[in-house]
Amino acid sequence: MAINYIYPDYEIARNQDRCINCRVCERQCSNGAHEYIEDLNKMVSYDEKCVNCHRCVALCPTRALKIVKSGHTFKENANWPGKIINEIYKQAESGGVLLSSMGNPESFPVYFDKMLINASQVTNPSIDPLREPMETKVFLGPKPQKIERDEKGRIKKVLPPFLTLSMPVMFSAMSYGSISYNAHESLARAAEEVGIYYNTGEGGLHEDFYKYGKNTIVQVASGRFGVHPDYLAAAAAIEIKMGQGAKPGIGGHLPGTKVGPDVSRTRMIPEGSDAISPAPHHDIYSIEDLRQLVYSLKEATNYQKPVIVKIAAVHNVAAIASGIARSGADIIAIDGFRGGTGAAPTRIRDNVGIPIELALACVDKRLRDEGIRDNVSIVVGGGIRSSADVVKAIALGADCVYVATAALMALGCHLCRSCHTGKCNWGIATQVPELAKRLNPNIGYKRLVNLMNAWKHEIEEMMGGMGINSIETLKGNRLMLRGVGLNEKELEILGIKHAGE
Amino acid sequence: MRRVYVNEEWCLGCHLCEYYCAFANLNGRDLARTLKNVRINPRIKIEERNGISFAVSCRHCDEPLCRKGCITGAISISDGVITIDRDRCIGCYTCILSCPYGAVSPSDEGPVQKCELCTKNIYGTPQCVTGCPNAAIVYEERW
Repeated sequence: MAINYIYPDYEIARNQDRCINCRVCERQCSNGAHEYIEDLNKMVSYDEKCVNCHRCVALCPTRALKIVKSGHTFKENANWPGKIINEIYKQAESGGVLLSSMGNPESFPVYFDKMLINASQVTNPSIDPLREPMETKVFLGPKPQKIERDEKGRIKKVLPPFLTLSMPVMFSAMSYGSISYNAHESLARAAEEVGIYYNTGEGGLHEDFYKYGKNTIVQVASGRFGVHPDYLAAAAAIEIKMGQGAKPGIGGHLPGTKVGPDVSRTRMIPEGSDAISPAPHHDIYSIEDLRQLVYSLKEATNYQKPVIVKIAAVHNVAAIASGIARSGADIIAIDGFRGGTGAAPTRIRDNVGIPIELALACVDKRLRDEGIRDNVSIVVGGGIRSSADVVKAIALGADCVYVATAALMALGCHLCRSCHTGKCNWGIATQVPELAKRLNPNIGYKRLVNLMNAWKHEIEEMMGGMGINSIETLKGNRLMLRGVGLNEKELEILGIKHAGE
Repeated sequence: MRRVYVNEEWCLGCHLCEYYCAFANLNGRDLARTLKNVRINPRIKIEERNGISFAVSCRHCDEPLCRKGCITGAISISDGVITIDRDRCIGCYTCILSCPYGAVSPSDEGPVQKCELCTKNIYGTPQCVTGCPNAAIVYEERW
């Protein structure tokens, strides 16, 4: 169209005094936002191509670059902020659904930031985790209801299958296809080293990664990509994906351009074909149907592996979770509305679902009230940003958390939210070989291990402060939390007291 | 002995190694000040074609042809590092011609230059390795 309605969101600020024309910015930008002009002997930038991913900023050897918010503005209007006006312009031009990536960026309340953690003073001793043993190990799966003994009085050891984690954090589902081979390798190797699990997502398991099987959760989603007996047999656990926090109620679409030879073989679909995951599982329309799939998968793996059912946090999440707990699933994973994605319709991402803190609190309470809490473990994801969030989630009743956005950030993600373009400059959300090689898994996995170790130390510090030496003692211990600035209803749902009470 | 090795698989062709090399060998403290308006003449160079790239610098051969060809004995091996004695070098360029890797080149401030693993500048350890963003250049013992 002749008129360009959109002014760039960001401007590339180049300090010409520091720029040495090394051209690293030009070589590293997959969007072509920088160019060297020979006759001027000068670098120039094109703001409209910039996605604000900071690749050039991070690699510039002289710190000559920074990205600044564009000062360009519309006439102020509280009802029509610039973002909404621009979206209208975009849709008027394209006629299409707006696409976005990563988690909901809008200013909804973050309940984790409105809860504070307790600490011991005088009457109960705090514990120094550097001097005394501290247990962060968790087990996921149904807990035995009673101890059974044989006729000689010995304990019968018939435990249902469960997962053992060195700390209550796992890497949540990101498919091969949505993220690169190198990103998957980094996650798999880090999970193995830390003693936790990573999740393949719905894109199958690359043949090179079967060796990390004992730290792998494989996913069975509505598209059933890459699901075959060896895939199920390779894993430590199987996850049925019913929903995703970033886009509850809708499926997925991996464009054919990302389905190269490797992705095609792993997903078991033709090269170059779009990988479309339907919104529902076409064989699941009730808890009874879900039960059939849970037991089909258990049957297929000889009842050796726990089955996880993952749902998005939506309005009736407690009732749904109650159904899942009765379906034979061993673990329920709940994904909050802040959860990330490689691509989602903007309106869905920004307007559908509920906060994970509230979903977790109401699911935990519902399952306790119904006396079925021990039938399942609860894993929550979609909004966990730090070890403090982990501690708060455990205190609210989770057994473990899922992190993905934080893990990708450890690998270099700068949350530019352009995954859906497939041109990730950090080599994460791309299948372009020249871009994917920018993520060296030898570096990536170490950064993930560092992040997990750092969080583990912090979790131990916070537990020690509360006088708690085992994560199991913290689980569901809501007296360790107090709310600040929350109303009666919010406190009631979270099941916590207000600070000062 | 530790040498500089190149992992072609991880080289991004960003050319930063060349800039860090030039910077270190100019004994610079601030990269912008040292290299502003300077046409660099690094001792490590990126070779690239058809989407493949890798850095090339002196291999520090056990039997170096550059030393063999040097008519004044200016090239010697000390502790495994092939070094040039600039006072003895007469600039005949035989070393440049005889190096099979193209790792010896004319220098801006003396007859010839080559990678000396940053042993003669203020940094002491190879700066191409420190500066490589993707561990495509490593400094390690291999055999």
